[in-house]
Amino acid sequence: MERQSNREGVKGMLNPTRYGIERVAYWLQRLTGLGLLFYLIGHVIETSAIVNGKVAWDNMLALTQTTEGHIILILVIGMSAYHTVNGIRVMLGHGGIGVGKPGMPDYPYKAASLNYKQRASIWISIALAIIAMLYGAGVLFGD
Amino acid sequence: MAAISPKMAEEVSQTAVPTPKSITLVISKFNPNHESSYKFVEFKVPVQKWTTVLDAILYVKQHLDTSIAVRYSCRQASCGSCGMKINGKPSLACYTKISELNSDIVTVEPMSNFPIIRDLAVDFTSLFSNHKKLKPYIIREDSEIVGDAKEFLQTPKDVEEYLQFSYCIKCGLCNSACPTMATDSSFLGPQALTQAYRYVADNRDKGKKERLKMVDESHGIWRCHFAGSCSKVCPKGVDPAMGIQLLRGYLLGFRK
Ligand code: SF4
Repeated sequence: MERQSNREGVKGMLNPTRYGIERVAYWLQRLTGLGLLFYLIGHVIETSAIVNGKVAWDNMLALTQTTEGHIILILVIGMSAYHTVNGIRVMLGHGGIGVGKPGMPDYPYKAASLNYKQRASIWISIALAIIAMLYGAGVLFGD
Repeated sequence: MAAISPKMAEEVSQTAVPTPKSITLVISKFNPNHESSYKFVEFKVPVQKWTTVLDAILYVKQHLDTSIAVRYSCRQASCGSCGMKINGKPSLACYTKISELNSDIVTVEPMSNFPIIRDLAVDFTSLFSNHKKLKPYIIREDSEIVGDAKEFLQTPKDVEEYLQFSYCIKCGLCNSACPTMATDSSFLGPQALTQAYRYVADNRDKGKKERLKMVDESHGIWRCHFAGSCSKVCPKGVDPAMGIQLLRGYLLGFRK
């Protein structure tokens, strides 16, 4: 009999609460990746409005000048900043850079790959995303 | 027999074992052959400072409900049998003291991402088959037991390259915590991928090319996104996340 697989599914995959900041970083990376994908699709639709003439283009552009449009753009700025900086950390990690060195395991067995450099890079990515969003908000909502 | 003075009796009572406090142990019960879903059953269990979650489960089995299905063996984090979710996190029941959970309610569930056999016992078939698939042994043509070959000597530094990865007890906690395992039933999983690296990093082994080819597939190493949860829960310091990234370093050309 095929046993029930008991997989956690998407809910378990996206639950960022149980495994520390590294899992939060993973979750944010996925979320911002999806957000940027939706933005890209929206952006292609937006810019393609130009083929319908100047009026259609101006109408579409006017949407980005609304408060909602500004908020979306500020989110896009934050998502791009986080996804890029954290993405560089992950890419280097994927190549084995910054993940620590194998050694003699000693109790209490702290994992070298979850080191302070990795954690600091995650916090820096989050901080840079917030700074970029604040700057973006200043430009978009400023005089 | 010497009489005990009231003062001595007081001292004896001060050093005596404290009366145990009680906690509520919530056990997930499910028999897939007869039931359609699991249910949580509560038990009051007396615990001391040193009581482990496994001790508490065995207390229930001995005194309150003999039908609880749980797998265990060594009781000292060496056999890898008693992995389960304890308060939502994959842990070894014999290696987790109730006192360190800081909670009067302890919930135990079968590990996620493994089919349930019954209650807390899960099916390891896919973990073992993925482990075997990646050839967890030294591959080379010659052997130290035939011909003129001598022992394959290694320096302590050579040994350190793979030693921590050889500490794996195949408990499956890493596979249970892995976010990719949560959705992809074909993923090789952190346990198997780390064992592939354990042999690739061993300078007696000549199977690097073969193993790299095996992990270089869509449900292989590329589905690891370095979330690090495997290393967070590993009870033996294997650090699967490190092993997997070092292994991928070869495929990406960062390492030779
Ligand atoms: S790598 Fe660690 S968590 Fe995974 S099976 Fe081996 S000992 Fe268990």
